[in-house]
Amino acid sequence: MPLTEVVFYGRGGQGAVTAANLLASAALKSGNEGVQAFPLFGAERRGAPVKAFARISDTKIYLRSQIYFPDIVVILDTGIMDTVNVTSGLKEEGTVLMNTPRSPEEIDMPFRVATVDATGIAIENKILVGGIPVVNTPIIGALPKLMDNLTIGAVREAIIERWGKNAGEKNADAAEKAYEGVRIK
Amino acid sequence: MKVIDTANNIAALAAKMARPKVISAYPITPQTTIVEKLAQYVESGELKSEFIRVESEHSAMASCIGAEATGVRTFTATSSHGLLLMHEMLHWAALARLPIVMVNINRAIGPGWSIWSDCNDSVAQRDTGWLQFYCSSNQEVFDTVIQAYRVAEHKDVQLPVMINYDGFILSHTSMPAEIPSQEEIDSFLPEYSPEWKLDTDNPITHGNIIGPEYYMEVRYDMHMSQQKAKKVIKDVDREWAEKFGRSYGGLIEKYRCDDADTVIVSYGAMGAEAHASVDELRKRGEKVGLARLRVFRPFPKEEMKEIAENSELIVIDRNISPGMEGAMATEIKATVGTNIKQFIAGLGGRDVTYRDIVRMYELAKENKDGWYSVEVE
Repeated sequence: MPLTEVVFYGRGGQGAVTAANLLASAALKSGNEGVQAFPLFGAERRGAPVKAFARISDTKIYLRSQIYFPDIVVILDTGIMDTVNVTSGLKEEGTVLMNTPRSPEEIDMPFRVATVDATGIAIENKILVGGIPVVNTPIIGALPKLMDNLTIGAVREAIIERWGKNAGEKNADAAEKAYEGVRIK
Repeated sequence: MKVIDTANNIAALAAKMARPKVISAYPITPQTTIVEKLAQYVESGELKSEFIRVESEHSAMASCIGAEATGVRTFTATSSHGLLLMHEMLHWAALARLPIVMVNINRAIGPGWSIWSDCNDSVAQRDTGWLQFYCSSNQEVFDTVIQAYRVAEHKDVQLPVMINYDGFILSHTSMPAEIPSQEEIDSFLPEYSPEWKLDTDNPITHGNIIGPEYYMEVRYDMHMSQQKAKKVIKDVDREWAEKFGRSYGGLIEKYRCDDADTVIVSYGAMGAEAHASVDELRKRGEKVGLARLRVFRPFPKEEMKEIAENSELIVIDRNISPGMEGAMATEIKATVGTNIKQFIAGLGGRDVTYRDIVRMYELAKENKDGWYSVEVE
């Protein structure tokens, strides 16, 4: 794949920016020469809709602008879909990955849809911060099923590198659960 | 070692590996994470350096001036209004011939309040005597911070260096960078050995009053050192390439310029983005190249003339000198003549995509230029 562009939608505090960074880090470990991750630049507020971006390429990336026509959109909180058009600019052959217990068949969108219950996995695996389930690490685990240039091993490695052995393993296990549990229409 | 991190964290890492003895800085968005990182390095003992906390950027630069004058390497970082507040001290540092290295994160000037990228902050420091670099990737930020000390401290230069890069677009974007070992950096950049220093055992005065019979010579010498810096920058870039395999073309990085009828000239993040525009236009059969201005002071007149000999120029500025035009366009016209196309784009962080740059090319071919994407009644 020459260039894969991913947009993350979530709420401030959910770790959308961290998710983008993890994806870039895992993509680098998967052997991609060009990787990039950045937030939508602004003043972040907890709970407000946030957006983050990641680019992955087998060659060096020169683009510095935001992503307007993504290949994949990742939705950490489906609640924002009431106010934000998350498929805006998504390529026709693009993919939507949603954090939801629902099956992809239940979701009416003219795109390839993948679903994974990241919140459920976080609760089950006891990855909570201040009582709130951590959804960004599990949802990243679903991505290797949707992309050719990313491996679940690299995702595990990136998570453990960031959070150390104990917390890292726990989060990596959650990512692996999402990898196994993601459903694609 | 390959790392993936933001340009700010990579700049802080480069500063650490250059082993400055004194750091003095005041936090300001979007530079803050550099100060945080350096404070951590000093606090943890990873970096043996004195971190002088100050109440303003004016004092941060004053502290660096004092420290550097005692013959030690210094580092600071700032942005936007912080850089403007330093303005008087910037002149002082350069006229005192102190090779201070500073990172400036380009951020627009308020009001209206903006934390996003444009280069009016650094362009406003054009005449202070500082050398100015503009980086377009996190890797280049690392490499340039190390190289900057070699250039600044060179006996033919002896001037401070400002390394600029776009706020958020680079400062907060994670990209990979190859980091040499500390031993490799130490061998490329040995401990600073100053040409002169303040020494209590051999007291001298420096920067005292000089009458009209000498002042012009001081200025002339500074100007000549800026001219000599061109060769030093190119030599250091070449040596870096030999050791680490990466070159940025010295003063200007050229891309597909050889057979180009038209060359897009830009800098910073737009200078990277334009690669994709050139590729896109080449696919359409247009003979287009890119010249990314890496160094604004000293201005690479000779290189620019050479590029203009065979190609028409389209200059894209991320700054405005109100009542005139973009600052790079002014310099380029003074060098190659007025027959260029020039655009103002991306002020206050307005996103400039490769499609926008393609559009600017199309407009230029229709004999149009000016402010890009501004709609005013």
